[in-house]
Amino acid sequence: MALPRLSRSFTGLLVETSYLIHQRTFSVSPVAAAIQKLTRVRVVDNSSLGNTPYHRSPRVIHVYTKNGVGKVGDKVLLAIKGQKKKALIVGHKMPGECMTPRFDSNNVVLIEDNGNPTGTRIKVPIPAQLRKMEGDYSKVLAIASSFV
Amino acid sequence: MAACSKRLDKFIVSLRLLRNLQVQNERSISTSLCRWASENDSETPNFVPPSKPVIIDKTQAAATMRKFLSPEFIPPRQRTNPLKFSIERKDMIRRRKILNIPEFYAGSILAVSMADPNATGKINRFVGICIQRGGKGLGATFVLRNIINHQGVEICYELYNPRIQKIEVLKLEKRLDDNLMYLRDALPEYSTVDPDMKPVPFSLTGEVPLNELKVKMRPKPWSKRWERPKFNIQGIRFDLSLVPKQMEHAQKWAQPWQEYDMLKEYDTSKLEQQILSEVQQEMSK
Repeated sequence: MALPRLSRSFTGLLVETSYLIHQRTFSVSPVAAAIQKLTRVRVVDNSSLGNTPYHRSPRVIHVYTKNGVGKVGDKVLLAIKGQKKKALIVGHKMPGECMTPRFDSNNVVLIEDNGNPTGTRIKVPIPAQLRKMEGDYSKVLAIASSFV
Repeated sequence: MAACSKRLDKFIVSLRLLRNLQVQNERSISTSLCRWASENDSETPNFVPPSKPVIIDKTQAAATMRKFLSPEFIPPRQRTNPLKFSIERKDMIRRRKILNIPEFYAGSILAVSMADPNATGKINRFVGICIQRGGKGLGATFVLRNIINHQGVEICYELYNPRIQKIEVLKLEKRLDDNLMYLRDALPEYSTVDPDMKPVPFSLTGEVPLNELKVKMRPKPWSKRWERPKFNIQGIRFDLSLVPKQMEHAQKWAQPWQEYDMLKEYDTSKLEQQILSEVQQEMSK
């Protein structure tokens, strides 16, 4: 009886009684403004840094835009396996403008400081609007296998 | 006007005289000459043009025989001038005369070719299942969903956007719901569509086939609480993901009085018939 009251006082936390079917015991907030600080992202290239398992998922710690919101084509700074690494956003869950694709996960490609990708192949489809950035990220586009 | 009619009469009389003269001439001349004369005469009188060739354009898909009015034609219940909607409808019909926008529903599988300045070959083709049709008028949209390389992709297309080159219906079918947004939380097999799928032939008359598929969901939490009555979803297998107690708990959010709310009634049947006849008339011009 006291427990539900306590849980109501914690904003954003949901303590659920166990049911027959397994459920998560924390609440997941809905999609915020695309990618910002502390968002968990999915690295989609085949680099070793992005694919080796770690007890913490890669998180964004800085977004290199005027406002702290990252959309497709923006650079971000990730914290992966205890190291800082720059990355390029190649897709997010937030619906963008019409005729552009919306992905089911926040996808990110690891990048060096000069803009060269760390991995050698990207299996996941990439939005075609990235092709506009031929000059900066031409190497990333070269390793992409399919465009949506 | 009177002078013209007089001149016409004189002209007709003179024509008749000429014809009589010709007939008399034919009788006096011999048979071979007569034939030559008759051939000559057949060229000069009334020219009968050859019958128009019937062109069957097999490249354009045949229009549906069903009485189908696209939902974006039906105006919403607003305090705007109906003139705005009629002007919009004219523009929509103008676009439809250039690009064939076929009949489709939420749950049909479509392939859309879009002009893209960035894509190779300038045309970007996307195949997917239609999960939602929204918007009214020229801003009408539909969302296509597909899973490519284990990544779910959704694209919201505008029906009347000039960038769209072609819309093909690969499989025409209806589902139990109008809005299939729950496919995001369903198992990926229900959203995968083969991009090289061949178009499934469908009949232009009769009922649209209803796919009574009940979808299996991933474990909870879902992006929305689909079990709640406000979504009114028929196409999910709740018995596999939820206990009956949870279903009853979801019914707490039911609003049974909304069914009896008269101010929320919007009967579009007459409006639909009127707009359908208008649209069919305009399209046939």
